[in-house]
Amino acid sequence: MGKLPPYLSLPERLWHYGFRLLCGLIFFFLIFPLVVVIPLSFNAVPFFTFTKEMLALDPAGYSLKWYEDFFTNLNWQGAVQNSVIIAFFATLLSTTLGTLAALGLSRPTMPAKTLVMSILISPMIVPLIISAAGMFFFYSRVGLQGTHIGVILAHAALGTPFVVITVTATLVGFDNSLIRAAASLGASPTTTFFKVIVPLILPGVISGALFAFITSFDEVVVVLFVGSFKQRTIPWQMFSGIREQISPTILAVATILVIVSIALLVTVELLRRRGERLRGIQET
Amino acid sequence: MLVGPLFLFILFTFFIPIGDMLFRSVENSIVTDILPRSTKLLADWDSTTNELPSEAVFAAMVADIKEGRKARTITRVGQRLNYEAPGMSSLFRSSARKTKRMKEGPYKPALIKAHKRWGKVETWKVIKQFIPKYTAGYFLAAVDAKQELNGDIVRLGDEKRIYIDLFWRTLRLSLIITALTLILGFPIAYLMAILPTKSSNLLLIFVLLPFWTSLLVRTTAWIALLQQQGVINELLVFVGLVGTDNRPQMIHNEFGAIVAMTHILLPFMVLPLFSVMKTIPKSYVRAAVSLGAHPWAAFWKVYFPGTIPGIGAGAILVFILAIGYYITPELVGGTTGTFISNRIAHHISSSLNWGLAAALGVILLGIVVALYLLYDKIVGIDNMKLG
Repeated sequence: MGKLPPYLSLPERLWHYGFRLLCGLIFFFLIFPLVVVIPLSFNAVPFFTFTKEMLALDPAGYSLKWYEDFFTNLNWQGAVQNSVIIAFFATLLSTTLGTLAALGLSRPTMPAKTLVMSILISPMIVPLIISAAGMFFFYSRVGLQGTHIGVILAHAALGTPFVVITVTATLVGFDNSLIRAAASLGASPTTTFFKVIVPLILPGVISGALFAFITSFDEVVVVLFVGSFKQRTIPWQMFSGIREQISPTILAVATILVIVSIALLVTVELLRRRGERLRGIQET
Repeated sequence: MLVGPLFLFILFTFFIPIGDMLFRSVENSIVTDILPRSTKLLADWDSTTNELPSEAVFAAMVADIKEGRKARTITRVGQRLNYEAPGMSSLFRSSARKTKRMKEGPYKPALIKAHKRWGKVETWKVIKQFIPKYTAGYFLAAVDAKQELNGDIVRLGDEKRIYIDLFWRTLRLSLIITALTLILGFPIAYLMAILPTKSSNLLLIFVLLPFWTSLLVRTTAWIALLQQQGVINELLVFVGLVGTDNRPQMIHNEFGAIVAMTHILLPFMVLPLFSVMKTIPKSYVRAAVSLGAHPWAAFWKVYFPGTIPGIGAGAILVFILAIGYYITPELVGGTTGTFISNRIAHHISSSLNWGLAAALGVILLGIVVALYLLYDKIVGIDNMKLG
């Protein structure tokens, strides 16, 4: 940052710093709302605001009671349980189906590739409210509305496009002669799949699975319609919490979720780098 | 075929439900299902003569109502007809009680005595309108129009028009949000593109972190910031910009919805912009400047045209996402910041007018599909990248 060429004129220097200041403000706009949630969740009073005690850094102004509420309240604990169960099975389903489909799509012999691809990723494009409405109508016809299976199927459908996209992306650099080489050296198709294909596409599969997991874990529109109180997930509970009685427990949950998303972000980034290194793509 | 299983899965869990919604938006069998005998006879009735149907139709109607009352389905007919002609719901409810005593004919005077609306030709015309298996009625309602009894399609009076205005508002707000994300996203994408990889990767985290954070967390954060006793209002009062009694209303209105959604959708603009800008060699601008162009001209004539694919991709992506948004407008939009999707949800869960919800959904879907095809033309679906 500090090495501006010495020949720049004053307006150019002003512009340089002014532009960086502007960008700084925009980054502040992006991050500040996430940061502000964290101290507010340690509030001692049940409001969404900084009290005088908090600003004076008085320990009496802070409390862990909203975290305690989160960890002891049965509504929230049920929500955590449901979120994990639903996200786990939805991820399993969408990762398996999505990986298979991506392998099929990447074959050179695949007919009507673009059309099939656009059909497979359409759950990502259609607005959630429309998917939710359609699923609500159809699932209540076939008796899946208000069941765990219904929500899992719905979330798996929403998650598959991410798996298809990430796995297809790792297969772009895939050298098909590796398969022939493995076969010519006497490997069976199964051995080739597990020893040659899987290790190469694994980063893509895992990051696709993470996308699918977070899609389900974060999803609220579909679960509001397809699910009921029994299928309440964390976002479901937060949504009804914000609408009914607003309590800083929601901020405590929000803080925990911010930390979870940081962990996921780091994982995906590491996987992406590993994938690029494995396939020999140089970082530019 | 490795694609097969997923194809079938998506078909069952996603496409059939969407198809079901399309079907529901035109489906019209509820009246003929619950009133089978009378609607069958009514089909032969000539409504243009302005004479009441024959005794046989009245007898069939009484039989249908009795049966519908036993099966507890009769109120649903009333509810459905009530969307077209107010008062039908109470007509069926009160007649259902009274038909219990109608043991034998003639039914015509008995039914008219039970409720005088049975003696009006219009009532029967409304019911006759429901004999066709499919109807455009929901779609007409979704664009603030209705079909008169004589078959003409008319627009509703100004005070009854809701949906056209709501569609315009949805489009207007989505455009504003798209423009704001572009104005805010362009400078930071540009900064990340001109900085060395190490610093730009660090800045990328600031974009990706909100992208990965739960939508509800971000919406909650904006509630905490913008509400009357919220952080920003407290700050404004503290520095003396506003008095404590006239704090500006910044949430549960259009402003709140725009701010929160701009924040939430900004990463979707920055990421495609950044990935396009990364590929534009920095030497182009330097070359232009060394050839004597003013830095502004160099930027505008040389760099900017290269970013247009990214602008197109980001703008359409943000616009598609914004137009179908539900959660954030629902929580921070109040009454002036609601979108068409909030109305769809309302008709599904509160007013239970599923046909109208489906029709509104189909129109919204049509808009999104058109934009999606545009996106495909500009960027190509295969080039879609994540993170």
